[in-house]
Amino acid sequence: MSNTLFDKVWDSHIVSKINNGPDVLFIDRHMVHEVTSPVAFLGLKNRNIKVLFPEKTFATADHNTPTINQHLPVKDPLSANQLKALEKNANLHDISYWGLGHEKNGIVHVVGPEYGITQPGATIVCGDSHTSTHGAFGAIAFGIGTSEVEMVLSTQCIMQPKPKKMRITVDGKLSKGVTSKDVALFIISKLSTSGATGYFVEYAGEVFTEMSIEGRMTVCNLSIEMGARGGMIAPDKKTFDYIKNREFTPKGKDWDKAMVYWSNLNTDENAVFDKELIFDGNSIQPMITYGTNPGMGISISKGIPKAENQDTGINTYKKSLDYMNYSEGESMIGKKIDFVFLGSCTNGRIEDFREFAKIVKGRKKASNVTAWLVPGSHKVEKAIKNEGILKILKQAGFKLREPGCSACLAMNDDKVPAGKYAVSTSNRNFEGRQGPGSRTLLASPLVAAAAAITGEITDPRNYIK
Amino acid sequence: MGYEKFNKLKSTSVPLPIENIDTDQIIPARFLKATERIGFGDNLFRDWRYNPDNSPKKEFVLNNDTYNGKILVGGKNFGSGSSREHAAWAIYDYGFRCVISSFFADIFRGNCLNIGVLPVQVSPEFLDKIFNSVFENPKTELIVNLKNQNVSIPSLCISESFNINKYKKENMLNGYDDIDYLMNIKDSIIEFAKNTPL
Repeated sequence: MSNTLFDKVWDSHIVSKINNGPDVLFIDRHMVHEVTSPVAFLGLKNRNIKVLFPEKTFATADHNTPTINQHLPVKDPLSANQLKALEKNANLHDISYWGLGHEKNGIVHVVGPEYGITQPGATIVCGDSHTSTHGAFGAIAFGIGTSEVEMVLSTQCIMQPKPKKMRITVDGKLSKGVTSKDVALFIISKLSTSGATGYFVEYAGEVFTEMSIEGRMTVCNLSIEMGARGGMIAPDKKTFDYIKNREFTPKGKDWDKAMVYWSNLNTDENAVFDKELIFDGNSIQPMITYGTNPGMGISISKGIPKAENQDTGINTYKKSLDYMNYSEGESMIGKKIDFVFLGSCTNGRIEDFREFAKIVKGRKKASNVTAWLVPGSHKVEKAIKNEGILKILKQAGFKLREPGCSACLAMNDDKVPAGKYAVSTSNRNFEGRQGPGSRTLLASPLVAAAAAITGEITDPRNYIK
Repeated sequence: MGYEKFNKLKSTSVPLPIENIDTDQIIPARFLKATERIGFGDNLFRDWRYNPDNSPKKEFVLNNDTYNGKILVGGKNFGSGSSREHAAWAIYDYGFRCVISSFFADIFRGNCLNIGVLPVQVSPEFLDKIFNSVFENPKTELIVNLKNQNVSIPSLCISESFNINKYKKENMLNGYDDIDYLMNIKDSIIEFAKNTPL
């Protein structure tokens, strides 16, 4: 029988099936952060049970953490309390904990792959919707709610009906200035934020096989923004080269044994998907969003679409443009911006900083722009310094902050003020996402860099040779 | 955490005819800092409900006494975005036991089912009928019958059936939770774990 990559991984993790109900799915890796775990740990306490497989559980602090002066006590007492709770719970249950100040600390979806916790063919969950990131390695990875975090802590399983399967194929070559982020924003703009709800996506085609592992992470990360539980890409030589010799990847004979499993992780030729979509990679342009959900994206040189051409109701669309203080038909190029945020689990890796540096090198940050450049982890931070990127950034008038989720979600001190516009490499432009009243324009690190030096929305292709 | 059993609910409703209501609107991230499941209802739809100075926004439906009840009715693609179960907690804690929409985001739907809020997906046409009748008469009652899997507007003598998987239906009817089920098969899970490749 022909199977998809998704079938192969899912089916091999079914502990049992319930008639007319969900599958009991075994989870290989459980990532935990401070926001969605405390109530789950409280549940364990109330049931008087311990974490079943602490060695399959990994905790890091990222959402609440400040991105300056991390050596000082966390100022916000509620944030400090939540961080302390995770540390206490991790210690109590013998879970490895990479808290604030730990050399391996960083955003959960950045550190997982960095240390080889993320592996092909694994089932990976975390109480965070961007867990889909790990699908870049051919893992089934998806976000769960706190009740499910409690299930995984206590039994290493969750109960989920098997999602439907969708394949998105993008062939062709990406043109100059077009990044993995643009590919993802392009697909979401075609599907809308609910177009893949109920599906698990496999990305296939030349664009993804040619894409770097970090680029694949960006694409898989954004799968949730079109409603998909997750997205995955079949592992290939690039994948195996990337994970080899990382701290938690198998070594020696164990590696060889794992490779037997991993090398079969691809979709069989005649396998059937519930839905297939095909896009032309050659036609994708640098993208930017203009509204209040990630589906509201356009090529940067295009104008804001008219309400009557939208699938959503006119009221919903107008509410969104009102919030942004934009009008139908306006051009995005040249619009003034106030903030630039480079970072997050979507674009907080070393390649993103290399891209950003490529444009700002030898130029100066616009004086009207506040820029937050936030590495996804200490490892990324170190690479920025070692590769000489920090020097380039400093010469251009930028500062580097310390790792964390930062301005992606306005849970820590990095908040965009009401009414201000931020070009952000993160994943959500919902109302108030970056701070009450803030206005977010999602884009690639290249678009963010071009905006940072001009102070307005700018086509990055003007700055690339 | 246990929840109240759900069988049949007869109630007026609160209409929110906006599409793509994401969980950041239902509860903004800055209110996710608690380490216990208490008080989330106070911050339900915080930034739509209150001005920056914490005074209520009069035009928002939760601040309008005309509309109340245990059923929240939202536009298409309700609960998209973040996986935060806090969104479902806030809805439950505020006093809603059921959300009706023409489409739900996946994780949100699952979270609701796990904590005792019933997500009821109806056709876009039926959703419009609910909105219209509630705006016409805010005292319009809806009946959500989980056992029979249907939702009705008695004043219009119309009803529509909805889907829910049998396992989850039994859970909600009885107030069971998944962890009890999983704890019961723990031995077979431990056995399964011995043979996993990773």
